[in-house]
Amino acid sequence: MSTFTTTDAALTRDEMAKIVAVDIPAGAFVNLGIGQPTNVSNFLTSEQGVTLHTENGMLGMGPVATGDEIDGDLINAGKIPVTELPGASYFHQADSFAMMRGGHLDVCVLGAFQVSGGGDLANWHTGAPGAIPAVGGAMDLAIGAKSTWVMMGLFTKAGESKLVETLSYPVTGLGCVSRIYTESAIFDLADNKVTVRSTHGISFDELVARLPVDLHKA
Amino acid sequence: MAPRIAATAAEAVANIHDGATVMIGGFGNAGQPMELIDALLDCGASNLTVVNNNAGQADAGLALLIKERRVSKVICSFPRQSDSWHFDEAYRAGELELELVPQGNLAERIRAAGAGIGGFFTPTGYGTMLAEGKETRMIDGRGYVLETPIHAEFALIKALRADTLGNLVYRKTARNFGPIMATAAKQSIVQVDEIVAPGSLDPENVITPGIFIDTLVTIGDTNS
Repeated sequence: MSTFTTTDAALTRDEMAKIVAVDIPAGAFVNLGIGQPTNVSNFLTSEQGVTLHTENGMLGMGPVATGDEIDGDLINAGKIPVTELPGASYFHQADSFAMMRGGHLDVCVLGAFQVSGGGDLANWHTGAPGAIPAVGGAMDLAIGAKSTWVMMGLFTKAGESKLVETLSYPVTGLGCVSRIYTESAIFDLADNKVTVRSTHGISFDELVARLPVDLHKA
Repeated sequence: MAPRIAATAAEAVANIHDGATVMIGGFGNAGQPMELIDALLDCGASNLTVVNNNAGQADAGLALLIKERRVSKVICSFPRQSDSWHFDEAYRAGELELELVPQGNLAERIRAAGAGIGGFFTPTGYGTMLAEGKETRMIDGRGYVLETPIHAEFALIKALRADTLGNLVYRKTARNFGPIMATAAKQSIVQVDEIVAPGSLDPENVITPGIFIDTLVTIGDTNS
């Protein structure tokens, strides 16, 4: 277990991404969700030997393609042209999701609207009247990887905590999130217990006052 | 039996009739059999149920089928995109039924149909609104949802190359739904860049064996 740390300033998006990258075990198979998680790939080192999975059917995904590298048949889950690294492989959709659902991926990093203290995840649908629902691979990713981590802002624009006691948004997966990275704090979730690994630009006591879940200090 | 080799995309899709269920390969534009979809639009079949990961993009392919109201139902995982305006309009007008399926469940339901599986329990979607009304079961302490196969009368698929026996190879992430849809449809119609003689494809590299393929048509290199 890591011990509690704190910094005076909130984390920038790049700092968050770098911390996530450092936490990914060497040699891991990893899926990075669309949005903030995609930025993690910029901070992975070649020494880590991490293999990136994209659920539309590839392992060994390289950086975003530029110029002559752009190939309409080689895209990521966000439909952005990417490149392949030596040792890459392609496979069909059922294999790609068997990889995920079957527990072969080590880490999946996702964005979120809300996470509950018990690790329930909401990230696919606002549930707003008239909103057209689209789920893609979100539910498969949430419950498939050995570890599901979330990157999100800790507070809504109105200042409400997105780490909640019970989800108010529609569920993506139950009890699936084991870690949350935010600009203000990093949390480990296990056995309905929320442990604060670090705080950034906010004190532990202030965090306890603002969040609706019981917090423990690492 | 070796597949029929159609002279044109129009000939390849000529059997598709009103009310048919049609699987269409592709993830976004990668692997989307654009010329077969255009031919399906031209052939006039309507009241179609379409199975695809998405629900059309911009003003091409599946989006045009939806625009022309040829599609009465879409089974997909991700209909809403920044350029899915034809889907959005038809859906909001109540002129298009949507069955939303998590992407991995969509893939496995298609695979199950092709493999003769009557249903399967999956953890994906358990406890969510997409599992409402479905049978669930606890297995070794984990919640699972019963999902059923998705069969289709036709599949429209894009591959890179075929031999005259219907053996297929694909290209990069354009493979996506092609191999499983080929197994799940009664008639699989494939557009390829080129058709080669038996023996020209390395048997070790064949991704879809020809047994699953009914119709081939050469469209030419659509990647450049």
